[in-house]
Amino acid sequence: MTTIGVVLFPGSNCELDVMEAMRSLGADAKVLWHGDRSVGDADAVVVPGGFAHGDYLRPGAIARFSPIMAAVDKFAGDGGPVVGICNGFQVLTEAGLLPGALQKNRGLKFLCTTVELRVATTNSVLTNEAEVGQILRVPINHFEGNYTCSPETLSRLRDEDRVVLRYVDNPNGAMDDVAGICNEGRNVVGLMPHPERASNPLLGSTDGLVLLRSLLVSAGAALSRRG
Amino acid sequence: MRFSVVVEVQLREGVADPQGATIERALPHLGFDGVDGVRVGKCIRFTIDAGDEAAARREVDELCHRFLANPVIEDTDVRIEALVG
Repeated sequence: MTTIGVVLFPGSNCELDVMEAMRSLGADAKVLWHGDRSVGDADAVVVPGGFAHGDYLRPGAIARFSPIMAAVDKFAGDGGPVVGICNGFQVLTEAGLLPGALQKNRGLKFLCTTVELRVATTNSVLTNEAEVGQILRVPINHFEGNYTCSPETLSRLRDEDRVVLRYVDNPNGAMDDVAGICNEGRNVVGLMPHPERASNPLLGSTDGLVLLRSLLVSAGAALSRRG
Repeated sequence: MRFSVVVEVQLREGVADPQGATIERALPHLGFDGVDGVRVGKCIRFTIDAGDEAAARREVDELCHRFLANPVIEDTDVRIEALVG
């Protein structure tokens, strides 16, 4: 069975939701403690949302030095699928696994609402089961979600088709309407919206499932590669 | 030797500063006209042991680069002073 490892920092608060959503798709899911030095038998890693280490200094600034992040870095370097959701996206940018940074929202409001996303590429571990142009209704829940990077980085992201998801109606001022991006290897994705909160009709939307299913497919591929 | 350190972390030139902009917009309503260029940052103070001031500065620069600031969006300004006694 495919195993999804979900990183738990002090202050993470979406790990159970992610594990529940992944299990609903038939995956096995387990917690990776921030003090662990290995991702164990995980076939994919999710860095979930929350407020790791209270978001002190900057979101993700302290979490990135956790022992588990060295293991996640190695796992990603070996091509393993890694997805950072919300605070997890912030952790991955701080860790240097993804370029750019997440700034305070334009308008300085904490945003808690459901937004529409447009799939910009299917060439990533989070979107391989979706279709380009597909519109997904997925909740956001953040204060620092305003994606920013240097103009050079932005043109690289565009030229290399590495913007994975864009907001239809930009809620936070993010450059180029960026809601999610991937690394050069396309196996590390960060996004501000929460697909796990759009994974059951009871939650008002199931549009996040196509993203989580994509991750599961990528994890399965990683598993069969490993034998 | 022991040194007192003040690190000012500021958003880099050209990076939007919504807090600064909000404060600047509020000032005329309070009767403060002519205030311009408001930028909001943070200030981090600590003390450090080092052989001399140059060594202290090297260590603080490294600390700023790796941890206290995110070089993608932030710059730092460091002030170091030797503590007497």
